[in-house]
Amino acid sequence: MTFAFRASDWMLLAPELFLTAAGLLMLGLAVAFGKAKEDFLAFLATLSIGVAAGLLAFVATRPDRSAAILGGAFVVDNFALFFKALILFSLALTVLASARYVGSAPYPGGEYYALLLFSGVGMLFMASGNNLISIYVALELMALSSYVLAGYFKAEPKSTEAALKYFILGAFSSGVLLYGLSLVYGVSGLMGLPELAKLLASAQRSNLLMLGILLILAGLLFKIAAVPFHVWTPDVYEGSPTPVTAFFSVGPKVAAYAILARIFYVAFPKFQADWGFVIALVSAATMVLGNVAALLQSNVKRLLAYSSIANAGYALLGVLGFRTEWGLWSVLVYLLAYTFMNFGAFTLVILLESRGYAGESVSDFNGLARRNMPAAVVMLVFLLSLAGLPPTAGFIGKYYLFTAAWKAGYVWLAVLAVLMSAVSLFYYFRIAAAMFFSEGSPAEVKSSYALTAVIAVCAVGTLAIGVAPQPFLEVLKSCVLGR
Amino acid sequence: MNLSQIPILSIITYIPLVGALALVFLFPKERTGAIKAFATLVAAVDLAVSLPLWWAFDRARDGYQFVEKASWIPSLGVHYHFGIDGISLVLILLTTIVGLIAIYCSYSAITERQKEYYVLLLLLQTFMIGTFCCLDLFLFYVFWEVMLVPMYFLIGVWGGQRRLYAAIKFFLYTLAGSVLMLLGIIALYFYNTSGFLAYKGLGNAPSFSIEHLTAVAAGMPGELQVWLFFAFFFGFAIKVPMFPFHTWLPDAHTEAPTAGSVILAAILLKMGTYGFVRFSLPMFPEAVRNPRVVGTMVALAVIGIVYGAMVTLVQKDMKRLIAYSSVSHLGFVMLGIFAMNMAGVQGGILQMINHGISTGALFLLVGVVYERRHTRLIAEYGGLAKQMPLYATYFLIVALSSMGLPLLNGFIGEFTILQGAFARNFWWAFAAATGIVLGAAYLLWLYQRIFFGEITNPANAKLQDLTLREQLTLAPLVILALWIGLYPKPIFDVIRRPSEKIVQAVGGTTLEAPAMAQRSAAPAPAAAAETTTVAARP
Repeated sequence: MTFAFRASDWMLLAPELFLTAAGLLMLGLAVAFGKAKEDFLAFLATLSIGVAAGLLAFVATRPDRSAAILGGAFVVDNFALFFKALILFSLALTVLASARYVGSAPYPGGEYYALLLFSGVGMLFMASGNNLISIYVALELMALSSYVLAGYFKAEPKSTEAALKYFILGAFSSGVLLYGLSLVYGVSGLMGLPELAKLLASAQRSNLLMLGILLILAGLLFKIAAVPFHVWTPDVYEGSPTPVTAFFSVGPKVAAYAILARIFYVAFPKFQADWGFVIALVSAATMVLGNVAALLQSNVKRLLAYSSIANAGYALLGVLGFRTEWGLWSVLVYLLAYTFMNFGAFTLVILLESRGYAGESVSDFNGLARRNMPAAVVMLVFLLSLAGLPPTAGFIGKYYLFTAAWKAGYVWLAVLAVLMSAVSLFYYFRIAAAMFFSEGSPAEVKSSYALTAVIAVCAVGTLAIGVAPQPFLEVLKSCVLGR
Repeated sequence: MNLSQIPILSIITYIPLVGALALVFLFPKERTGAIKAFATLVAAVDLAVSLPLWWAFDRARDGYQFVEKASWIPSLGVHYHFGIDGISLVLILLTTIVGLIAIYCSYSAITERQKEYYVLLLLLQTFMIGTFCCLDLFLFYVFWEVMLVPMYFLIGVWGGQRRLYAAIKFFLYTLAGSVLMLLGIIALYFYNTSGFLAYKGLGNAPSFSIEHLTAVAAGMPGELQVWLFFAFFFGFAIKVPMFPFHTWLPDAHTEAPTAGSVILAAILLKMGTYGFVRFSLPMFPEAVRNPRVVGTMVALAVIGIVYGAMVTLVQKDMKRLIAYSSVSHLGFVMLGIFAMNMAGVQGGILQMINHGISTGALFLLVGVVYERRHTRLIAEYGGLAKQMPLYATYFLIVALSSMGLPLLNGFIGEFTILQGAFARNFWWAFAAATGIVLGAAYLLWLYQRIFFGEITNPANAKLQDLTLREQLTLAPLVILALWIGLYPKPIFDVIRRPSEKIVQAVGGTTLEAPAMAQRSAAPAPAAAAETTTVAARP
């Protein structure tokens, strides 16, 4: 292996490098500003994400990005670009949705935005990771920043509890992942994913290798909150500040899907029969448990937490569709749809928060139709989309996933998935019923420009993908690995 | 003007949608008078635009007419593809008529959140018409599903006491059926593009065209057809609803506001039977020729007829009574369809229209007294004939039409269905005929309890008779009932060609000869179903 470092390699990592610098700048400014000028910091964070997006667009046009860079540690293919774009998008939404929240909290906002950006940098690297170690380090950068974000309301017991739970379980899962990586390295002596694939193509199945792969899978399944590694999700989602919860439900999950797909598609295609079987079981368990548990929740954040567990189960269906034209494509379509609809739903929760911090119940939505009809209608769109009804993004996404599972031969999983998706309507529509059928407090719903913008963007995205999916589908098809 | 030159079906479909958007953005919610007038106007325009279809429709032509086609999602092979045949034509006209009536009958019944109400009714109308126009399976599914949303809210916001329960039950039941249908659609799609799992070999371009998929599906191996038949079956049977999937219906009907019940009965239930006619029969001929499948279908239909009628007898709530009577009537429709001969299929389709007219009118009539007394319990009424003579007259005509008295529409439909069933199997017809007797019993008994005798409840002493507006909502339905009862030929003419196509597809005889010779003397209906299906075909 030759380590050829070229200057142009750094150019291809421009978005990551820029965001790192921006994060450091934020930290510095935070010291100077204290609690003042937080809106300015939010603006600065949005701006830097925008610049990073611009840099990403620039990177996308460079012809030299086809080869792996920095000694094979990273690769900037279409697949990575899609995930980077989605990650930057969810990051921007998070910053916009946070402004009011952070402003009303008694803690300095600079570090909040800085941590968000650092976590974003970690995710961007994850999307590009082409080497077991670079992936692991990126993942840890993302995770460590997330732990602190979960505990941002440090005087609130629930927030601290969320942070602690997230940290302990997250650290444990990282350990499991690392153990798996080390076993794979021990067997093969290789770190790069393509090199691993080349070696394994002619290798025999060995128990040690299988154990390593299984442990890697377990570590990643923790990050996407799949059963049986989901137990942290409801508590962390409930205790974290709501914008952070919204972020957790989208950004880190999306990034985890990126590395899950890349590791297993690029490095371990040979053992697809083995890990495919495990993923099928996990997917089934995740869909069933997520949906059934969500039926019982009265706290909106916990409800959406279980819903996001269920959604992780659906998306795994696409991962199963290995090497069919549908497989990865469906995952990308679904993650795009999911980002819009899930973030939108969480933003409505932020908008309606009546008790300041973490006291969100379904009854917050009571009578929303009378208080603010547009908000209720938009929430209805998100709920319909989450439940997978046409003509929304969620329907197109689920259609693709079910098709992928069917095409891959997992008919029983497809049947289970559609039935579970019918069950999910019951809890999503408890929110709809609260909005339209119940009497609520007559309190005015106060929105800010930032929140309104987030909700509008998510709603337009959800409907646009549902009504005119073709342009999105075409772009995503070109982003599938190996094209 | 030549109607095929303009996208007439899209215009009819989207007029209510445009009207709904106009209501949302142009009308402040306090101006209820203007909102009502505008909603009525929109529905009236929609009806006016849809009526010319009746004359422009070429009854002698096979296939779909007024076709519109444009690419929608090329990646999947999905098209925006509209077109109608005779069956869709009559259902679309029924929808535009009932849609107008539903809006017009709500003027005084709905006093709260009026703007939302009329917006939802108009949206619902767009989705219903769209469903009947679709020639693309994917598009069909989109309309089919999205239709549930406005109905959910109509029941949930403006419904009776247990509206929340009824609304979510309605939604969950129908959704559970639809998602299984979605799997069937996916399976069809893959069968078309690549051959299905083990059955490799085909390999057409991706397509959801109903015509194309029908041709492809009809060539599938029999076993696979049975699987797919049942995937679609759940979607349609829950909507019909067939026994034993009918339990959502009494709740939804009872709790829905009057207009909701009318639309539910007249149109939404027809989606299920329409699905059987449009998809199940032509797509899976091997499956529906399978004696076990037919046996099951007919057994469920007959159980629905008899059981539905018996449950109807004991109801104390008028709306619940009519709801259960729907189960019985829809059983007739299903029996006709699965007789799979010309008389059966044509009778089934006609009876879909008839049920829409009669049951829609019955719900309107119940709504009239409910608005005055706010109770639907039969025991609360009695002796109304003296106080409300006009009302009693309308009620009598509608009840007679519903029970199938000659000269009224119900007779033609039931008679044709029985003729078709009889040609297949004496016992099917025999069992179904008992449903007619029971039908007469529950309707006449209902009539007797409400209208005859002295007024015993003082609250009924001052009831006002029908207003002009109420008469105007009922009169069109009564006129239609009389027209079909006296001269059904125009309707039969429209639905003959598509019925022939369906019957040919399933390999039945298209001759309308009464088939006394094929009468079988098997001991029990279920067993008979298995032994005689083969004999019934040429």
